[in-house]
Amino acid sequence: MLRINCPVCGTRDETEFTYGGDATVVRPAMDETRAQLWLDYVFNRDNPRGPHTEYWHHVQGCRQWLVMERNTLTHEVGECHLAKEAC
Amino acid sequence: MSEAISVLNGATFDGFVSIKEAGLRGMISVRGDFAAASFTKAVSALTGADFPAVNEAKFAGDYAILWMSPDELLILCAYENAQADADKLAADLAGEHALVANVSDARALFAMSGELLREALMKLTPANVSEDAFKPGQVRRTRLAQAAAAVWMLEDGSVEIMCFRSVGDYMFKLLCNAANPGAELGL
Ligand SMILES: [Zn+2]
Repeated sequence: MLRINCPVCGTRDETEFTYGGDATVVRPAMDETRAQLWLDYVFNRDNPRGPHTEYWHHVQGCRQWLVMERNTLTHEVGECHLAKEAC
Repeated sequence: MSEAISVLNGATFDGFVSIKEAGLRGMISVRGDFAAASFTKAVSALTGADFPAVNEAKFAGDYAILWMSPDELLILCAYENAQADADKLAADLAGEHALVANVSDARALFAMSGELLREALMKLTPANVSEDAFKPGQVRRTRLAQAAAAVWMLEDGSVEIMCFRSVGDYMFKLLCNAANPGAELGL
């Protein structure tokens, strides 16, 4: 069980949250026509062994989207901030 | 007008804590900008209660203001007055970027009392409900087993639990099971 330090609510268990995927992915410009870039954006993700920056939604708490550092190897949780705030 | 009936019509259970389906209560969902004085003033003027900080519940007579998220509150009021109160608040907030909705009939409410209620709650919620972390005047928006819920503590140390009406029966069974005589944790 992860314990996530929600910047709004305080420390809560993982079961109040839902995972939202890699937070470093950037959408191509809307006029981008190269299929490979859209393919990468929509489908292709790295599967890192170590530090990962990811979205979490405090869906059964304050309902805010968070950006959190998590180590996929150790499950160590690092810095966590609201997704709407610049990091 | 049809006769309104709460989800379990006042069902009760006496376990190592007492559980009661708390009947009909007015509930008004309010969203807006907490930083705007016009918003906080309108909410406090309707209820007579102070504006709550994060994780807080403020009470004043029939009314309460519960913190739900950084831009959402739940106002509790008498069931009969909910629509009129919602209309009044919506009128007060006209022109603001705000939302007011009477959600009374979409919700179920339970009351739990007894010395060991923290033991029953901690079987169901991942939120910290120890004496240090959860006190009168505080609210936790969380989950109880598989259902979304909000739990707040009244001044007398009893708690109220709110969930969606559609899971009201499930919630009552959860609470009764957690409070089953002989199932105390013995902390
Ligand atoms: Zn939160």
